[in-house]
Amino acid sequence: MTDIERIARQFMEAIPHSQALSMSLDRLEGGIAQISMPWDARFVGDPATGVIHGGAVSALMDTASGAAVMCHPEAPASTATLGLRIDYMRPATPGQRITARAECYHVTRSVAFVRVTAVDEDASRPVAAATGTFTFERAKGARA
Amino acid sequence: MSRPQPEPVQVIKQRRDAALGALVGGVPYIGFLGIRFDRRGDELTAVLPFDEKLIGNPLLPALHGGVTAAFLEVTAIIELSWSLMWEEMEKGGPDPAGAGRGGDDGVAPGLRLPKTIDFTVDYLRSGLPRDAYARARVNRSGRRYASVHVEAWQDNRSRLFAQASGHFLMPLRAGSAG
Repeated sequence: MTDIERIARQFMEAIPHSQALSMSLDRLEGGIAQISMPWDARFVGDPATGVIHGGAVSALMDTASGAAVMCHPEAPASTATLGLRIDYMRPATPGQRITARAECYHVTRSVAFVRVTAVDEDASRPVAAATGTFTFERAKGARA
Repeated sequence: MSRPQPEPVQVIKQRRDAALGALVGGVPYIGFLGIRFDRRGDELTAVLPFDEKLIGNPLLPALHGGVTAAFLEVTAIIELSWSLMWEEMEKGGPDPAGAGRGGDDGVAPGLRLPKTIDFTVDYLRSGLPRDAYARARVNRSGRRYASVHVEAWQDNRSRLFAQASGHFLMPLRAGSAG
């Protein structure tokens, strides 16, 4: 594990809301992050179907996206979400784990661009997809 | 010229509060985040009381971007459902069919929530570790699709910390074919 990845992992594991949603970091390297979350009755959005609330899926995708930015090889000091556009393709199957895989595919001096997809245990049919823009805050003194 | 005696104000209030309570109370995730809704007539304001578990960046500290997105999405869905319920309630008079009466499982019978198709969030400034508020506006509410805009703020109504807009698939209404 590189220093960047170690720091990014520590950063992610210290997030109270990620812990509240029982997220676990499955993969983190070179601008790609994979984070997953179990189904939980407390996260249900539609009581008639038991489907997880879109907001919880958004939180998972936002976290994975931020993690992808943090482990980018150009190593930002910090990041924050600027914009997030989410498409919900189908309801996640109740009882199944949801996994988000995010890729930070481009960075400029001050902005990072991310694509992220969320799947349940049937990975062939995505549950949701999003694109996000994030601040890319370079360490003081670092040159772009 | 005679018109029916208006209903006592308490009866109307109780009916509306029960309807809102059944709508909001039926969604576990709203309780998990701790969101509640203040009502003035038909106008709703969502309130997200600050809690440690909502933090996304412990160094600043700041609200989690995902919490902000979820808060806005919850507000949009409840506003849209509420606007549909309100119509039914006002049409139905003192005892609208099903609206507002929680079933044994706490879910209002026959109540179907709109489904999010897409949702776009603008983060305008970082969410501070304090209470947040949001109001949604239904810009278009068709038979099948709706478009809703939401604004969220903390201390000052005019300094939004986030806004969002999204499209929703409307629930099938009772009696509508297909």
